[in-house]
Amino acid sequence: MPRTEIRITGYGGQGVILTGYIFGRAAAIHADLHSTMTQSFGPEARGSACSSALVVDDGIIAYPYLNDTDVLIALSREGYEKYKVELKTGGTLIYDSDMVQPQDTGDVRMYGVPAARIAEELGNRIVQNIVVVGFTTAVTDLVDVEAVKKSVKGSVPSALVDMNLEAFRKGYEFYQK
Amino acid sequence: MEKADSKRVLTGSHYLDGDHACTEGALAAGCNFIAGYPITPSTEVVERYSRRIPAIGGTFIQMEDEIASITAVLGAVWGGAKAMTVTSGPGFSLMMENIGLAAMLETPCVIVNVMRGGPSTGLPTMVGQADVMQARWGSHGDYEIIALAPQSPQEAFTLMIDAFNLAERYRLPVMVMLDECIGHMTEKVVIPEACEIEIRPRRISTKEKGEYLPYEIGADMVPDMAHAGEGHRYHITGLTHDERGYPAMDAEVHDKLVRRLCDKVREQADDIIMLDEDGMDGAEIVLISYGITSRVARASIEATRAAGIKVGSLRLQTLWPFPEKRIGELAGKVKAFVVPEVNYGQISLEVERCAAGRAQTLLVPHMGGGVHDPAVITRAIEEAAK
Repeated sequence: MPRTEIRITGYGGQGVILTGYIFGRAAAIHADLHSTMTQSFGPEARGSACSSALVVDDGIIAYPYLNDTDVLIALSREGYEKYKVELKTGGTLIYDSDMVQPQDTGDVRMYGVPAARIAEELGNRIVQNIVVVGFTTAVTDLVDVEAVKKSVKGSVPSALVDMNLEAFRKGYEFYQK
Repeated sequence: MEKADSKRVLTGSHYLDGDHACTEGALAAGCNFIAGYPITPSTEVVERYSRRIPAIGGTFIQMEDEIASITAVLGAVWGGAKAMTVTSGPGFSLMMENIGLAAMLETPCVIVNVMRGGPSTGLPTMVGQADVMQARWGSHGDYEIIALAPQSPQEAFTLMIDAFNLAERYRLPVMVMLDECIGHMTEKVVIPEACEIEIRPRRISTKEKGEYLPYEIGADMVPDMAHAGEGHRYHITGLTHDERGYPAMDAEVHDKLVRRLCDKVREQADDIIMLDEDGMDGAEIVLISYGITSRVARASIEATRAAGIKVGSLRLQTLWPFPEKRIGELAGKVKAFVVPEVNYGQISLEVERCAAGRAQTLLVPHMGGGVHDPAVITRAIEEAAK
């Protein structure tokens, strides 16, 4: 896999950092790839637009920051507005379709999923991000599906693994449909 | 050397940030006492430590401030613990007096500084590399410390073990100078089996009771310790002292003590210093970097090599003692050193001193808050090669 840059954005509490962590861990621990995750910290990141940035590569990653975002995952409108300019031409936008109404500029591929609604149907809105993880895995082939599932299992509290895997499946299958 | 304690070593592959990797390195090294005061961007180190120790043993005390934190560390070490404290710039400043005391008492301890932008409160959540001179010179008087600078979470893990081992070997404070980028960056960290991790035990005196002298030295200029309560009579003081540890304030004793505090490191510098070099054969330019900057500069090194400039890379894993011998050797062969750092010129001054006019030193400063644009470093290399 050539160097691939992913930005995940939303507001504090949506699991933005965990989403980056799950993909990063899937790549570095459960697939034979390198990955580096960085994240925005500080008062400006709490309760407003926050983000995590992930670089995945099959070679060693020296520069850990994003130059040219390949995939932008937007869980909130504010995050989308802040980071849409980073997304490169031909890049992929993945968004929660109930939260974000992106403008179709014709130069990026856009994939929406009503992740918060699906999570609510599963009984807990907290798994919104895991629905997006499943959906993104299906859309992008970023990291092998089994690797991402292992990473989800290892990254959430053990009592909530089943619900999270179900959220993952719903997101994954939403794209398949 | 001994082997690490398997119940303290989290063997396996993990996805950790640099701060958490630092905690795991400390645990593997046998650290069983941390006193600290929370400060961004270092707090994650002690958060993880305080979560990990109930199952494996150890003490974490949140002290009232950083002065108390370093003082508690010294007390813990003299009581038999392997101890460290964790902080960032403002807390590092507060610790300076008792870092000097640690050097004077020859107390093996580790101080982690996850560097943010300064001076003063500066940029609490953003990167800096501007405490590297303070690490060396922050307390008053003549003394030597050892300071290490990791460039990844993996290296944060391994250098923490080195830090504790060096502290025990030379009996002095060892500083691990992460920067905020490395502290908050998450990558794969492979933690080996405990039996593969070498731990240097404390140098404990084997002298009979009544014969032990706290500052009697052998061939390597480092005295053996005795812990409080082990039955030896001892006295330690920040005052200039003789072999008995008693105050002896005359020029002769002071001369002998100060020379030893410095020379025990200076004379072993070759054994202590760790450097990561590549592309040195025939290099006309050498880029010297550490921490996050070494990773940012990688693109510049590759770009300028591709353009035909012979660029060597010298990465400082050890900041102090400074590799003056190696830089002196290189100064006779290369045209220039290019030194990018997230400050307004610190390590570059040392490079300039060691180059002693035989090669040009080109600082590429970048104020805290972010990292260099690699294009700026590329231009500096091109400029130096002209």
